[in-house]
Amino acid sequence: MSTSSLIVIILIGAFATFMLGRQRSLSVAAPLGGKRHLHSLPNYYGSFSSLLWAIPALGILALWLIFDDSVIYNLVWASMPEHLQALSDQERSLIYNQIQGIAMNGSADPSVDPAMIKAAEHMNSLLDSSKTALAIVSILAGIIGSAIALSLVKETFQARNKVESIIKVFLILSSCIAILTTIGIVLSVLFESLRFFQSVSPIEFLFGTHWSPQIAIRADQVGSSGGFGAIPLFTGTLLISAIAMFVAVPVGLMSAIYLSEYASHKVRDMVKPVLEVLAGVPTVVYGFFAALTVAPSIRNMGESIGLSVSSESALAAGLVMGVMIIPFVSSLSDDVIHAVPQAMRDGSYGLGATRSETIRKVVFPAALPGIVGGVMLAISRAIGETMIVVMAAGLAANLTANPLDAVTTVTVQIVTLLTGDQEFDSPKTLAAFALGLVLFAITLTLNVIALHIVNKYREQYE
Amino acid sequence: MSEVKSTIEKVNAGLGKRYRSEKMFQWFGIISICFGLLCVLALFFDIIGKGHSAFKHHSIEIPIMFDADKLGITDINDTKQIYSANYDGVIKASLRELFPNVSGRTEKRKLYKLVSNGSYLTLQKMLLEDPSLLNQTTEVQLITDDDIDTYLKHFVGKESEFERIHAEQVEWLATLREEGRLISHFNTVFFQAGDSREPEQAGIFAALMGSFYTLIVTLCLSFPIAVAAAVYLEEFAPKNKWTDLIEVNINNLAAVPSIIFGLLGLAIFISFFGVPRSTPLVGGFVLTLMTLPTIIISSRAAIKSVPPSIREAALGIGASRMQMVTHHVLPLSLPGMLTGTIIGMAQALGETAPLLMIGMIAFIVDIPGSVTDPATVLPVQIFLWSDSPERAFTEKTSAAIMVLLAFLIAMNAFAIYMRKRLEKRW
Repeated sequence: MSTSSLIVIILIGAFATFMLGRQRSLSVAAPLGGKRHLHSLPNYYGSFSSLLWAIPALGILALWLIFDDSVIYNLVWASMPEHLQALSDQERSLIYNQIQGIAMNGSADPSVDPAMIKAAEHMNSLLDSSKTALAIVSILAGIIGSAIALSLVKETFQARNKVESIIKVFLILSSCIAILTTIGIVLSVLFESLRFFQSVSPIEFLFGTHWSPQIAIRADQVGSSGGFGAIPLFTGTLLISAIAMFVAVPVGLMSAIYLSEYASHKVRDMVKPVLEVLAGVPTVVYGFFAALTVAPSIRNMGESIGLSVSSESALAAGLVMGVMIIPFVSSLSDDVIHAVPQAMRDGSYGLGATRSETIRKVVFPAALPGIVGGVMLAISRAIGETMIVVMAAGLAANLTANPLDAVTTVTVQIVTLLTGDQEFDSPKTLAAFALGLVLFAITLTLNVIALHIVNKYREQYE
Repeated sequence: MSEVKSTIEKVNAGLGKRYRSEKMFQWFGIISICFGLLCVLALFFDIIGKGHSAFKHHSIEIPIMFDADKLGITDINDTKQIYSANYDGVIKASLRELFPNVSGRTEKRKLYKLVSNGSYLTLQKMLLEDPSLLNQTTEVQLITDDDIDTYLKHFVGKESEFERIHAEQVEWLATLREEGRLISHFNTVFFQAGDSREPEQAGIFAALMGSFYTLIVTLCLSFPIAVAAAVYLEEFAPKNKWTDLIEVNINNLAAVPSIIFGLLGLAIFISFFGVPRSTPLVGGFVLTLMTLPTIIISSRAAIKSVPPSIREAALGIGASRMQMVTHHVLPLSLPGMLTGTIIGMAQALGETAPLLMIGMIAFIVDIPGSVTDPATVLPVQIFLWSDSPERAFTEKTSAAIMVLLAFLIAMNAFAIYMRKRLEKRW
């Protein structure tokens, strides 16, 4: 039985047990003089039996699907002849993939080791029995659960409280997913990074100035110690982010100030949504725009005044990234400018200050902590932005501060290291996780500080 | 006359300068806004200018003789023969008939390159649908090769600027146009086909279906989980360290770079749990984790906006807390939650980076039929095409971007409409 039909059966069963539980509560109540003698409404008895059917059945299904691959893997290997047993782990997984292919599609190739064909047959029979066993076990668990539930249905049974506590457990679990995600991120990047740091020292990684991960693929190659010095990536990231901030902060801040302090309601209502369109455009579109329109025109302009501009210049990626971040900066600044109490402005006007003087000398200093927080969030965005730089910035790790040169960034390298042909254990792929760890650590720090500043500032005026 | 100026004189003396700086400041603001608006305009004009032509394509109408001998079909009822028949030969023969003076290998090759080299599929499909066509002659519209199409769209009269077209081909095309055999029509292939190495046969349908399945998985997981989390945090959670921790986590996750979620998906879902790579299923899992914070935050705001008097009234007539939530708070805050969900889904639809990490970057020709088939999504397709050197792919990329933006604008507009329509002001 396929998994999807099993799920359908479980859902139908859930509905059936709901009706059964409800019916049973009503028949319990009938001799007592109607359903008002029940502790809970009949639907709660139904829901209770339905939940006790579905939770064990779906739980077993989920666990089974998670673990059946590794169980089958071990069983298939246990039945393999000895000359295959002796292989290393990597060869094993290669052969296992071949066996899977044979098991799925059959094999016409006579040169294949007969042991593998046998293993594939073995695997197919295991898969079949696994599916049957899964269906039997999960439905059986459901039946036991719902039988217990139905036997509990009495007029004094507090079905509502039970159902509500089950729902509450679901609510609590859902809210913990945020924490689980964070733990998952930390664990996944941390473990792989630790393995990476076994072959490359952290000092070399963080302070080395030579980055060329491709060299280290083969152990017998000259210079196979590789170049895993990430400094050029960090400076590249900083250069592009700095260019982006150079565009986004003044433009975002000034447009927020103009819209909140000067513009009429009509203008504001028209301009604001148009500017927010910039925030909704997917980054891959910006990347396309940067690579095919902005970069060539910058190069042409540079050439016309006699500058040599790389076709993947940091300037193009930075400018477009800045445009992307404008609405982000402007909406955050808008929030903090609005939080400055009107009384402070009125006080300043009362002393005879002009509008711009009020903004520059009263509103801006008062809003400064919030604006700084917003800018920090924007920086963390620029550092983590991927698609624009993947498409418009280069792959060459140059250590330069010239915005007309090609630089590469942390995110570009993560993508290139992980999207080619990959083996999971080579230092090349592991390096991507180490870069991910650095990226996560930096953005997390920026975010925590920025959120702290923004919240503190908000409380100050509330 | 006293040497010391009175205060009013000092103020008046500085006024001109102050007014000037006031004007300057205002102009800075106006320039900033104009810059922003200009960027929006430039972006849209650039994309539409590059992509609008991809919605049209040129075909050549050719009389095709389905010659059984040439095709190598002996038994029309044998579908195997129909699949493996030599359609290219038939097309080449028809082209030679149209231009009998063409001789020489290179000349002929140039002639054959007028039509797409996937044209045999058109004939194959025709013969499968109507076997009686065998040994008949019919007029068939075959789509042109991408270089020919690019020439016809952009370089007619400017042949010297486009080196991928030959002088002979230009002549032949002119003849075809005079004979009325050159037809420009709406590009249906673009909306019906999967990816292809040949630009004229590449379409976005497979990517659209991939996006659809991925979003379905994302929606089914993220909406219930986010609503449950928001309800717990707003209505049930005690104020303690644990709840604070959850809140800090949610706010931080909203600002974690999306590529990090890709690393998580690769390490946890694919390597640890063994979810198949490149599938909408694992893509949906990753996007769920990514959109959860957005939806939780907006759902919490929606729940917060329900006035406490409604809760107290429900509790006052004897509802349990859970009944109060399910009967009153949830229905009243549903519009706000749905708005947040749509915005989260729009975000998920445009997301590329994490999906590259989990292998949705593969070259997929087949149209995915379920959440466990290998698939790609629209933004990733855009990324893949934008890397291709053919000029025709640039046009296709822009057109795919137009489709993506159309979906995003529709989703956001729907969200705004819902908010305006359903939101209650208390």
